[in-house]
Amino acid sequence: MADLAQPATRAAALGRKEQGGMLGISRGSRYTAHAILILGLLIVAFPIYYTFVASTHSLQTILRPPLPLLPGGRFWENYTTALFGGIGRIGGVDVSTLLFNTTVVALAIAIGKIIISILSAFAIVFFRFPLRMFFFWVIFVTLMLPVEVRILPTYKVMVDLGLIDTYTGLTLPLMASATATLLFRQFFLTIPGELVEAARVDGAGPWRFFKDILLPLSKTNIAALFVILFIYGWTQYLWPLLVTNRNDMNTIVIALRKMISFADADTQWHLVMVTCVLAILPPILVVVLMQRWFVKGLVETEK
Amino acid sequence: MSPRVVFPNKVLPYLLLLPQLAITIVFFYWPASQALYQSVLREDPFGLKSTFVGFANFRRVLSQPSYIDSVQTTAIFSVSVAFIAMVIALLLAVMADKIIRGRGFYRTLMIWPYAVAPAIAGMLWLFMFNPTMGTFAYMLRSAGFQWDPLLNGPQAMALVIAAAAWKQISYNFLFFVAGLQAIPKTLIEAAAIDGAGETKRFWTIIFPLLAPTTFFLLVINTTYAFFDTFGIIHAVTGGGPGKATETLVYKVYNDGFVNLNFGDSAAQSVILMIIVILLTAFQFRYVERKVHYG
Repeated sequence: MADLAQPATRAAALGRKEQGGMLGISRGSRYTAHAILILGLLIVAFPIYYTFVASTHSLQTILRPPLPLLPGGRFWENYTTALFGGIGRIGGVDVSTLLFNTTVVALAIAIGKIIISILSAFAIVFFRFPLRMFFFWVIFVTLMLPVEVRILPTYKVMVDLGLIDTYTGLTLPLMASATATLLFRQFFLTIPGELVEAARVDGAGPWRFFKDILLPLSKTNIAALFVILFIYGWTQYLWPLLVTNRNDMNTIVIALRKMISFADADTQWHLVMVTCVLAILPPILVVVLMQRWFVKGLVETEK
Repeated sequence: MSPRVVFPNKVLPYLLLLPQLAITIVFFYWPASQALYQSVLREDPFGLKSTFVGFANFRRVLSQPSYIDSVQTTAIFSVSVAFIAMVIALLLAVMADKIIRGRGFYRTLMIWPYAVAPAIAGMLWLFMFNPTMGTFAYMLRSAGFQWDPLLNGPQAMALVIAAAAWKQISYNFLFFVAGLQAIPKTLIEAAAIDGAGETKRFWTIIFPLLAPTTFFLLVINTTYAFFDTFGIIHAVTGGGPGKATETLVYKVYNDGFVNLNFGDSAAQSVILMIIVILLTAFQFRYVERKVHYG
């Protein structure tokens, strides 16, 4: 069977190459497609590339436009200065503290959200109890209450609870989200009831079922969600802006905003650009390295 | 659906729900109800006494010329961002669907901006286009164009729109690519055999079949432009010059947090909540429909 099928597939593959695909796309239009894609990449990737370029030039070069299109020779110098005290002198806080804060925030939000939502989805799908649907709606409605629409009162709650300038304050309020719960619920609903039945016949309790069956089945979903939530946490802006006053509790994004001043002639742009690269790099690495899960998760969770 | 097999525990499910419910009530429902409550109160300037004023805050907010301006700014901003980000992403996705080699390569580089915080996206564009040392600002000026986004309202608007749209291209690209892959290839082949050229195939088959994706992205992009772009505006223009880039969300922040006008800010919050509810309802009605497309 396989031997017979193979030549045919190969012929089809060859035919596709020669005729420009069975979909009637000519070779010329494929070249045009590549050209447009490369142009698109230039637009999409250029600002990030140019930031990197700027981070490898001296302050004088940056201040005298136009900035060269190729990296300069000050990579080591700028990065070592920035990493060992340079950024601390501009913003008052060491870059390691900023990166630490941001990492804590991103990880806590991602992991916390996943744990909280998987538990509540587990409760809603695998148990029957009074007010079940009511609770589901209570969670669902939070989709319609983003931080942006309740800035002041939420800030007041944070002050009353003494959560300003704390890691708890930076992360806990962002951990409840309807999206992750809805995603897990959707996935759990596709798990056949026979599995639950089998588990129960074998004497497994809910905890056992959760740990030995549900968690392993949800691995892909968890990975996908982790990438999306890590990015979400890393790129937070309004929330850390509201709940941090002390500079040493800032995330790197907020610190960067404070460093940039066009009015101030003394801005150390080459070091600011290094900070910029450091703020962008970790989430880009996560997205690129976990691309498979990220794309799957994004397109399937639809937000 | 057949009744599910479930576990008989009576207390456990409440314990499992507890963490999420606690956070939701303390940080979502309580503040939101406070916003509703404050929106019908008027506080004296010292915050000593507040009186019930009914819808007076709403009436005042809605009759302020600055609020109407902000509505307009938000509309221009959102429509432009959604349109630009979607058109570019669709073009690139259609091109990526045509090629055979290098798809992975293009996708890998195309998703970078997704990982960039909106505020940083704004700063990157400001770095390239600021009048003091921005390379592109320098080029525009050399070409005789009066470029100064820090003083010129429409130019500031163009800059924040560019940064906001740029960041959203990745997201739209991934969805359009997925949407294009879901279109049955046999349909396109049939049209090709019937002699329809590439352009004709796009407008008569691909584009209509992509409608669910496009529509979904339209809602998402509008939501994004409304709410997630706060960082861009705050980092790049601070709502200025004048009030040229003051969107509704920025105004809530500015009136409440900077100018400490609680009643007005709360009324604006409630108006925003209504907008989010409408957008979400719209999205869910639509997502339901999309299920039938598979």
